[in-house]
Amino acid sequence: LFLVVLAYGAWPAIRAYGLGFLFDMEWNPNPEHERYGALVFVYGTLVSSFAALAVAAPVGIAAAAFISEALYPKLRGTVALVIDILATVPSVVYGLWGIFVLAPWVRMSLQPFLAKTLGFLPLFQGAHRGLGMLCAILVLSIMLLPIIVSISLDSMRAVPATYREAALALGATRMETIMMAVLAPARSGLVGACILALGRALGETMAVTMVIGNAHRISVSLFAPANTIASTIANEFSEATTDLYSASLIYLALLLFLLTLMVNLAARLLVRRLWSGAKENTHA
Amino acid sequence: MTDARIAYRRWKNRVGLSLMALAVALCLVPVVSVVFTVIANGASALRWRLLTHLPAPVGESGGIANAIIGSALLLVIAATGSVPVGIALGLYLVQRRQRPLARVARLVLDVISGIPAIVVGVFIYTIIVLPMHHFSMLAGGLALGMIMLPVFARTSEEALRGIPTTVHEGGLALGLPRRRVILRLVLRAAMPAVLTGLFLAVARVAGEAAPLMFTSLSDTDWPRSPLGPVASLPVLLYTYAISPFDEWHRQAWAAALVLMAMILTFRLVTQAYGRWRYGRKAAP
Repeated sequence: LFLVVLAYGAWPAIRAYGLGFLFDMEWNPNPEHERYGALVFVYGTLVSSFAALAVAAPVGIAAAAFISEALYPKLRGTVALVIDILATVPSVVYGLWGIFVLAPWVRMSLQPFLAKTLGFLPLFQGAHRGLGMLCAILVLSIMLLPIIVSISLDSMRAVPATYREAALALGATRMETIMMAVLAPARSGLVGACILALGRALGETMAVTMVIGNAHRISVSLFAPANTIASTIANEFSEATTDLYSASLIYLALLLFLLTLMVNLAARLLVRRLWSGAKENTHA
Repeated sequence: MTDARIAYRRWKNRVGLSLMALAVALCLVPVVSVVFTVIANGASALRWRLLTHLPAPVGESGGIANAIIGSALLLVIAATGSVPVGIALGLYLVQRRQRPLARVARLVLDVISGIPAIVVGVFIYTIIVLPMHHFSMLAGGLALGMIMLPVFARTSEEALRGIPTTVHEGGLALGLPRRRVILRLVLRAAMPAVLTGLFLAVARVAGEAAPLMFTSLSDTDWPRSPLGPVASLPVLLYTYAISPFDEWHRQAWAAALVLMAMILTFRLVTQAYGRWRYGRKAAP
């Protein structure tokens, strides 16, 4: 149903551009010479989501491992509460925080630091603006943390205690126990957590829109402003004057829908396998 | 030889564990920062006037009262829309759990819950706003309801599954028709859990701005008709945050505080209610 309605709304744009929409870099709403292509936004969406995941996944999994294996069990409830609170903070509030707290910090401290130490990479060159891709990546990764932590925590708790005991009894240090007897069996759950988080990141709209800086171009530098599919829709939908313009935006929404659909189905499969695996373990 | 090896492993253990502790700290810093800045900035901007007055042009002291009421109304619409459907779906999923259609329904719910909020907004825009030719509170409420639905259907499924089949069988054995068994016995017994699920779902969508931006739009007046545009806290927060005026920035912080306080009290009350109900039920 979703597919049909979105395809119907996007029809003028689909007819005009076909699949070439995906690879066109132009995005020009000027009524004189209208031309729309999604490449810039697809690029922005993929880069920001994957980079955010790359930041959030190691931190989140390591934190979950610490909470699960090294923290006093009594504190676990408190931690769950904090994660809960984090997950209910609306994304506009993250965006607000991103604009007024994170962006100035990025401009004043993080960007000069990165430019000085890693400035030879094209990734970290250009003016220090604060708002831009880097800021969006950071906000996104903060928003992904609760998801990653809570799901990986669950999958680590699902690992039978006998595994840990066996590893410790063999003389493994705690670190080795965690690596061998906890992280390895929980692997599919961890991957599932990351993919679910990725799906969330791809569709995240408000916070990203507020901090990414909104520029219709692809730049290698992470300091430059950019745009994602979701932020473009959010910014321009109510301004779309011509039919082709709004149809193109709906086409973008369709793309985003298909993208997240694939990611989520993949995640479901993995997580389900984990659950059935955990059940077998408890029966054994 | 072995001593060196053991020392190395000890060292690795310590480094690994401290890295994980560092990851926990990294997770906590943004949480603390978000919560702290919202409280600090929000509290300093919060005035009684802000909560009771309409927005005013820049320079005059306006309020956000209409957005608070608008948000509440939108949530009521969303809840009334998704409650019957959600409960019906939950009942169906429990009673006919083996049927292929139930599996399909579950898959569809999973898919819907993975759709980015902004795409839901575009969807509702295409099927409701376009044919009706104007933005409306109704459309916004439906968009929120659509996001709530999968969460709520799932929790009511869980709630209904928690009712022992003996209740069902006992009713049937007394000669009651199925309809009355379900309405009178099963649903009544499951009510507290269903309500808890409803409130949690409401709390989840209360902070959503993305689906409202082009369904209910925004407004500077009190909400008047379900067919007209209406202001809501998240959208107001977004427009104020990206505006260039300091005055509005301060109000955005206050709005963020109000929004978070609303969501949090909602959750806490729900949890307390759930505990109270279950506590009482467990007693006799």
